Amino acid sequence: MIHSSLKELSAALAARKLSAVELASLYLDRIDALNPTLNAFITVDRDKTLAMARDADARRAKGESGPLLGVPLAHKDIFCAEGWTTTCGSKMLANFVAPYDACVVERFKAAGAVTLGKCNMDEFAMGSSNETSFFGAVKNPWDTARVPGGSSGGSAAAIAARLAPAATGTDTGGSIRQPAALCGFTGLKPTYGVVSRYGMIAFASSLDQGGPMAKSAEDCALLLNAMAGFDARDSTSLERAVEDYTRALDKPLAGLRIGLPKEFFGAGMDADVRSAVEAALAEYRKLGAATVEVSLPNSGLSVPAYYVIAPAEASSNLSRFDGVRYGHRAAAYGDLNDLYCKSRAEGFGAEVKRRILVGTYVLSHGYYDAYYLQAQKIRRLIAADFAAAYETCDVIMGPTSPSTAFRLGEKAADPVQMYLSDIYTIAVNLAGLPGMSIPCGFDRGGLPVGLQLIGGWFDEARMLGIAHQYQLATDWHQRRPALAA
Amino acid sequence: MSLTPDDVRRIARLARIEVSPAEVERTRGQLNDILGFIEQLQSVDTRDIEPMSHAVDVVQRLREDRVTEADRHVVFQAIAPETEGGLYLVPKVIE
Repeated sequence: MIHSSLKELSAALAARKLSAVELASLYLDRIDALNPTLNAFITVDRDKTLAMARDADARRAKGESGPLLGVPLAHKDIFCAEGWTTTCGSKMLANFVAPYDACVVERFKAAGAVTLGKCNMDEFAMGSSNETSFFGAVKNPWDTARVPGGSSGGSAAAIAARLAPAATGTDTGGSIRQPAALCGFTGLKPTYGVVSRYGMIAFASSLDQGGPMAKSAEDCALLLNAMAGFDARDSTSLERAVEDYTRALDKPLAGLRIGLPKEFFGAGMDADVRSAVEAALAEYRKLGAATVEVSLPNSGLSVPAYYVIAPAEASSNLSRFDGVRYGHRAAAYGDLNDLYCKSRAEGFGAEVKRRILVGTYVLSHGYYDAYYLQAQKIRRLIAADFAAAYETCDVIMGPTSPSTAFRLGEKAADPVQMYLSDIYTIAVNLAGLPGMSIPCGFDRGGLPVGLQLIGGWFDEARMLGIAHQYQLATDWHQRRPALAA
Repeated sequence: MSLTPDDVRRIARLARIEVSPAEVERTRGQLNDILGFIEQLQSVDTRDIEPMSHAVDVVQRLREDRVTEADRHVVFQAIAPETEGGLYLVPKVIE
């Protein structure tokens, strides 16, 4: 049962082979058994979960049906869920019980999905290894001495270890795709504006986007059907016609033009990652696709541009944490300014503080033009590179991450080295494009490798189909770590 | 360009984050590493390039001017560190 797809779980529930309560209990028991090892969840609340499951069973008994009715899933702890502690991986919000639901949470509730718990993450989604969480590092289920990637590392470990059949994540610079690659499953970051950011704790608002994480492209399509859609409460939510993201799953690949950016295949990628990615491209050619070389000449500037734009937006967004209205307040302080300074010094961890300070600096008087405005101009160049590439191809492919999962602590002392682990994913956020990571093999140590797919704006359905066709022909996405045997 | 200890203290003050004297030097080193890394942006010629402030070009939507939210201040203030009579309490600002 724990290896079943969402469609299979849904069918089993519909056929009354098992109840939502039984299914949720199965996963809660696995969480009890394995979470002490993996630290994938920050909050588990059996009573709340089972109450939701009973509600789903009652809805079914009354004749309701639906692809996610009674299906359990886990939420990244960045999504506010009413009545649930919602920490964003920070001491700042360690005591924050959300008074309302995020749009994504609300939509899954309406669909009858059952919340298994809140997943661990890098503090305020700032990190690529899940080591910056106030609640401790998450362990990679393939090798518990290694990181699961980040920032959606708890969601990633939960899926890989089969503690949840699917989870939500958010991706500001690669935080869905990179952990999906490092933990060996499928993750999708939609086009900016497709999934509402309402109730999703803000990091860098022009880049943040929620998306599905699951065992297959088909599962991700089902989840995106529930997550996506216009929401007036998010000022950048896009007013578009409702889409069925499963509609192109069965489309054959003959005639598909895959663009390979030469900048993604240069030095800097591990040899084992390169050979797995190249084998995947060979499989795509076998399935009828053609590969063409494209160029993204400014993509090398994406990481430095991101580390101006994201901290700038973060320094502004995180100014709301003031020790006055919610969140951590220092125990001792003098005047109001001291209350702010001490509460924030105590409530934020080292990486979050670093980024707030960098962001404050690049926005400060005399530096705004040189850093922030310049980074925004380079952002336009990066987006224009993609637009030009899509004149000659339908989808872009390459590695998701330059390496497989690295060891806990390996990059923790060197922020810039850590930042470079998102070198292939960040440009996608800057341009606002949809991106995916799907499993495509293993390195010689048995760690999973991810293939990145980058679609044109609003090409989610086509991209999911391209991924699904590969998953029909290969079984990398069905491989699992020993602890989920 | 390289930050001085005074720069670090000034930035921390602007960000309302207390940085203890012992932390200033370490913070300075880390910020200089990051600023050194983003320095490469300066060498790019961006004349005539329009800054891109958002991932998609959207205009601000306007809505009808009517009440859409219920008053939930009791719920929202239940999670505040200190309140009284519907107000958030902070140290005295005006003598």
